[in-house]
Amino acid sequence: MSKRIEVRDLNVYYSKFLAVEGVNLAIEPRSVTAFIGPSGCGKSTFLRTLNRMHEVIPGARVEGEVLIDGNNLYDPDVDPVLVRRQVGMVFQRPNPFPTMSIKENVLAGVKLNNKRISKPDAEELVERSLRGANLWNEVKDRLDRPGSGLSGGQQQRLCIARAIAVSPEVILMDEPCSALDPISTLAIEDLIEDLKQKYTIVIVTHNMQQASRVSDKTAFFNIAGTGKPGNLIEYNDTTTIFSNPSVQATEDYVSGRFG
Amino acid sequence: MTSAPAPIKAKLRIGDLVFSRSAVFAGSMILVTLAAVAIFLIVQSIPAVVASSEDASILKTNFWDYVGPLVFGTVWAAALALLVALPISIGIALFISHYAPRRLASVLGYVVDLLAAVPSVVFGLWGIGVFAPALVDAYAWLNENLGWIPLFSGTPSATGRTILTAALVLAVMVLPIMTAICREVFLQTPVLHEEAALALGATRWEMIRTAVLPFGRSGIISASVLGLGRALGETMAVAMVLSASPVITFQLLTSVNPNTIAANIALSFPEAYGLNVNVLIATGLILFVVTFAVNAFARWIVSRRKEFSGAN
Repeated sequence: MSKRIEVRDLNVYYSKFLAVEGVNLAIEPRSVTAFIGPSGCGKSTFLRTLNRMHEVIPGARVEGEVLIDGNNLYDPDVDPVLVRRQVGMVFQRPNPFPTMSIKENVLAGVKLNNKRISKPDAEELVERSLRGANLWNEVKDRLDRPGSGLSGGQQQRLCIARAIAVSPEVILMDEPCSALDPISTLAIEDLIEDLKQKYTIVIVTHNMQQASRVSDKTAFFNIAGTGKPGNLIEYNDTTTIFSNPSVQATEDYVSGRFG
Repeated sequence: MTSAPAPIKAKLRIGDLVFSRSAVFAGSMILVTLAAVAIFLIVQSIPAVVASSEDASILKTNFWDYVGPLVFGTVWAAALALLVALPISIGIALFISHYAPRRLASVLGYVVDLLAAVPSVVFGLWGIGVFAPALVDAYAWLNENLGWIPLFSGTPSATGRTILTAALVLAVMVLPIMTAICREVFLQTPVLHEEAALALGATRWEMIRTAVLPFGRSGIISASVLGLGRALGETMAVAMVLSASPVITFQLLTSVNPNTIAANIALSFPEAYGLNVNVLIATGLILFVVTFAVNAFARWIVSRRKEFSGAN
């Protein structure tokens, strides 16, 4: 259920603008990897290349390879739709489908591709996914209510439930807590700890405490200046990055002496 | 006696005053115009509504028997037009908003808007000169092969100037407004929801079904009601294309077709005299009421959108 990701010489362009340059990275299965770095350094852009979601943005393209268990995502005959079923994503702002109930939201991904699912199977999957997202006890009595009626933190966990309902191998999280209060953030962080048992998790965060709390490994991205491409500066165990980084820029950033 | 402190008055600026007065004037003109039209229609209609065939030669029995087939024809033609135009306009709007490359999309959007600028008499000429003759063979084929469906039964018209032709011309005419509204609504779909669908592994069509169409549903409804309103009131094209008689029939292909209110007024007015004029004005009042009801319905639908908070 969980796979190794290997990135080789990856460049990301928006039309002619080189946004991220020369990333080489290996992410182990069943681990949490955090991407940190200043705004605009390309962490989110790079994260999106791991399930080809950058292709949604007009003009975005990639050079290089992303291998998931040895299979290149950018092979010409790989369907991005299938990639995204293996590599799920949770966004910065909670985005449950507003016209769907909680239950329909969880099942949204499963019902794609004209798949039919029997009623007992669906109920079971809804419960399993919501339990997996630590949301079941809070919503079990109102599964048919609209998902947009939940609090922000609950909505974000609903989105996580929706993502794990399609049983992906990898879950990408793009600043999943930046729109949430501290209590909800804690709930999500606990959840990441649980999800790690089954999935490979990559999380972008601006919150360095969060990175040090949840992640096993940390990648620090930086940018030389406006208009310059973002680079991967340092990638190592989280404890090393935060206590004994080998690059000066990393130390400046994690200790708050940046800029 | 202590008086309360005088409220602080905002300083009166001449520009503000001029602007607010002219805005109030412009706003009230709408109400005045509407009221004037309504009063005119009602006053002129009263004699006609109570008239009999002895008073007005245009009536066979009484006013309601006269206006019945016309109301039917109006609603029937408009509904058929909507039925044809709705899927096409949703298709065009989706193509422009989500499928076409950006440059093509803007050109296409412009062309569709241009279609709205074609005068209805041109559509009428096209309908009568090109479209109707072209459809004769198609109608004959439909009648021969699908004649067992009551809609296509009867003797097919030799000229092609049937209610179906009129409805198709109307469909072309309402297409631009419907497409424009659908396109605007589809473009407003929150990127968040589109990305949510795509990240779950949705194909583009599945993304449209899970994110775009549910979000745009009330927009689609109001687009169709506005299109319906336009089709109900269209005069020239229908008057030119349709060969009409005072009947109520669902048959689409025969040469016996119900007329619409607006077209009937246009055709009968030049020869009308005395109370016949009032009868025609009274049919106009009925059209006014029907159109008003449709617009009120559209308003209600659009206002429901407020509670339907798509972006949260």
